[in-house]
Amino acid sequence: MIEIKNIEKSFGENKVLKGISSVFETGKTNLIIGQSGSGKTVLLKTLLGIHTPDAGTIEFDGRNYTTFSRDEKSALRTEIGMVFQGSALFDSMTVAQNVAFPLKMFTNNSRSEINDRVDFVLKRVNLIDAHHKLPSEISGGMQKRVAIARAIVNKPQYLFCDEPNSGLDPNTSTLIDNLIKEITEEYNITTVINTHDMNSVMEIGDNILFLKNGVKAWQGNKDEMFTTENEAVVEFVYSSNLFKKVREAYLKDLK
Amino acid sequence: MMLVRYLSQIGRYFLMWKDIFRKPTKWKVMKGLLIKEIDDLIIGSLGIVAFISFFVGGVVAIQTALNLTNPLIPKTLIGFATRQSVLLEFAPTFISIVMAGKMGSFITSSIGTMRVTEQIDALEVMGVNAVNYLVFPKLMALLLYPFVIGIAMFLGMLGGWMAGVYGGFTSSENFIAGLQNEFVPFHIAYAFIKTFLFALLLATIPSFHGFYMKGGALEVGKASTVAFVWTSVTIILVNYIITQLLLT
Repeated sequence: MIEIKNIEKSFGENKVLKGISSVFETGKTNLIIGQSGSGKTVLLKTLLGIHTPDAGTIEFDGRNYTTFSRDEKSALRTEIGMVFQGSALFDSMTVAQNVAFPLKMFTNNSRSEINDRVDFVLKRVNLIDAHHKLPSEISGGMQKRVAIARAIVNKPQYLFCDEPNSGLDPNTSTLIDNLIKEITEEYNITTVINTHDMNSVMEIGDNILFLKNGVKAWQGNKDEMFTTENEAVVEFVYSSNLFKKVREAYLKDLK
Repeated sequence: MMLVRYLSQIGRYFLMWKDIFRKPTKWKVMKGLLIKEIDDLIIGSLGIVAFISFFVGGVVAIQTALNLTNPLIPKTLIGFATRQSVLLEFAPTFISIVMAGKMGSFITSSIGTMRVTEQIDALEVMGVNAVNYLVFPKLMALLLYPFVIGIAMFLGMLGGWMAGVYGGFTSSENFIAGLQNEFVPFHIAYAFIKTFLFALLLATIPSFHGFYMKGGALEVGKASTVAFVWTSVTIILVNYIITQLLLT
């Protein structure tokens, strides 16, 4: 579980995060949503320690990350898996080498143990014949799956995903969403996803944090999102006719 | 304001030096990186260094010969002048300026591209000391840079000998006598001391500009240019200081 309390972050005069508090639960897919510029990427990077908050605390299962020394932060980061928006695979390494990287860096496993684990996670993300390919030789969806495999190979406690569906077609996007949800439940990890893809929100949103102008505007799950009357959420989520109709149908069913 | 920015950049550069040696990468991983960097930076530079050295050595010999109009000046001066120019300045300094362009732009663009595509963020989020992982192997590989300059020295003099002898400007005996004339062994030490310092600059200044760059693909190109300019300027300044300290 990750608990944040009164997180504030400014860049010069620009106050991006204004006292955000929330809890990201273990075994659930926790989503951060909001318009561009609402502060969701800054919040995710603050959770990861790429940005240091100006005020507030971040607790990873009771451990206050904000008071950690540089080396303590590095140690905690070995418990974190991250899927970047552009996958961020090392382009000079093959798929298998990318996935094996955290194991080579942080474990004393033998070569055969590493190979077995790499085979296992690549199979888990449905990539079987891509071991020796370079990232430039595989599709965007496959790159995302490699990034997920690399993120989970060292059995992390926390999984962070920054816009995991960006640039993907709807089918692949759903596959990636479902894969993240399955992995979260299977390994009982705390997953935090930064997204503005409403399909993802409706599919896998166990716990949704909605940000507006750097402030927590709403929090709930995907079912509550259909029924909420919160103006900011209604304006953001149901601005498209498709989702408006989906909502109407959902509310009609409830009645 | 600009001065503050420069001072802050210089401070950041020296802080990067500290990070290069902090929290080292596992030797098992580092070994592979080191071999790759030696191949990219050292072995990959030998061809261009050999080509430039050989022909510039030849040009130095021809220029010296063409300027020897006084019959009282011995023809051995051609070999002497070639040795002194190649050994003291051409091989260590001129080749290092060329390498600031060749190696420097390679280092800045490869690290800069990693920054733009979030690969450096990925390393940091995993808990890897990205500066050590990326810069330390380059620094270690460039400890072999004096070996490249040694080859440049030899080929420069060989080019001078071939241009002098086969161009009909001097005899082989005269050229070799000139090469041996008034030889000061300390000049070799001087040349390699500055080569060593240039190697440190060649590894770290382009890395610094790549590592701390911001923006996209266009900025990677800009960072490479800026890295080349600053590496060259620093090499020229260090060359002046070392010459003043060691040869006067």
